[in-house]
Amino acid sequence: MDNMNITSAQYVADITSENNSGIQATIDGTEMSVPLDPANRHYAEIMRQVEAGTLVVAEAD
Amino acid sequence: MSKARGLADLGNVYDDGALSNRSKIINGAMVIDQRNAGASVAVSGSGSAYSTDRWSGFNSSDGAFTLQQVTDAPTGFTHSLKFTTTTADASLGSTQHVGLRQMIEGYNVSDLAFGSSDAKTVTVSFWVKSSLTGAFGGALLNAAENRSFPFSYTINSADTWEYKTVTITGDTTGSWSTGNSTGFRLTFGLGVGSSYSGTAGAWTSSAYTYSVTGAVSVIGTLNATWQITGVQLEVGDTATPFEHPRSYSDELARCQRYFERRGTDVANWEFISDAGQLTSATNYQCAVRFNEQMRAPPTMSVTGTVSNLKVIRASVVINVTGITASDNANGRTLLLYGTCASSGGAAGEQTRMQTAVPGTWVNFDAEL
Repeated sequence: MDNMNITSAQYVADITSENNSGIQATIDGTEMSVPLDPANRHYAEIMRQVEAGTLVVAEAD
Repeated sequence: MSKARGLADLGNVYDDGALSNRSKIINGAMVIDQRNAGASVAVSGSGSAYSTDRWSGFNSSDGAFTLQQVTDAPTGFTHSLKFTTTTADASLGSTQHVGLRQMIEGYNVSDLAFGSSDAKTVTVSFWVKSSLTGAFGGALLNAAENRSFPFSYTINSADTWEYKTVTITGDTTGSWSTGNSTGFRLTFGLGVGSSYSGTAGAWTSSAYTYSVTGAVSVIGTLNATWQITGVQLEVGDTATPFEHPRSYSDELARCQRYFERRGTDVANWEFISDAGQLTSATNYQCAVRFNEQMRAPPTMSVTGTVSNLKVIRASVVINVTGITASDNANGRTLLLYGTCASSGGAAGEQTRMQTAVPGTWVNFDAEL
């Protein structure tokens, strides 16, 4: 079992389409640019914490 | 090993269907260390961290430890991975656990047919050395960690390299991935609580069984050490000699399916991206094509100070002030974009991204 400490998360809009293209998150103290793909371990953990009600991903600016 | 024994083992390997590319483990000789270049990594509290490529330490105890690639190794090897207890936890809770693991991609173990009646026996072999002696534990698990085969191995002499082999019968039940997600979790327990320990030599569906009951707890002794190298997991009931990679670059390429970093550890201009453009006087885009097809779209992060990354327009060097990844959906390419100091340039002008400050890296992480 892994526990990632995610202290912030915000969707990032695609630079052309304005659809969400990723999540900018601070994970274990490091700022990361996370793709929206369930095979990515950071995205999977973000979604796990969202479903657990312990994390909210902010809307894109 | 005698020549006759070697030939007999070779015959067994042939029967099992593998004469080359036998090992399912990547970087079993601990030679690749992209993230740390031999520096020590501290793992404390609740978390995990990568040391040598593909190997991560995990910790959910009140203790702490370091992981480090070192050059102390048995004959035939140049490196090992060293675990050192820096804060002891001599009374682990029942679910606390400490150890080292490598997660193996499903594609690489699909031929073993785990979860079916055709599941094949596998053998794990490795060189190990510890300041402690006794019965140590580990386990082979599936991704969901609800199928586990705990195994035991004995270290007889302190601070002496010893060669160990463990044979594991294939699991005919359970769910085992054969795609680009985790297929196997090979775990070496270095302090595991009673709830996550089991009986050696048999498959269990008890969740999170990382080790065997009563195994030596390295995290329980301050300054205790445990080292490992030459890890191999292969089909069959016979451990064959360690299959060294064909070349360093071959092993590096295997590792870069899961992690790649670009930057520099010396004061030399190195490329992050050789193709990009300004989208305004203070915004840029730069393309990245990975060295290998990555396992999945990677997470991008920066090690060091972002402003040590530069976008370069003609001969004008401009500090990056913000960086984000986009167009990151296939594991082959992505786009870095963001803000930079005023460039004096205009949208459409060609740029590239470089750094010359040691310790500045852009990381692409597609680990399991």
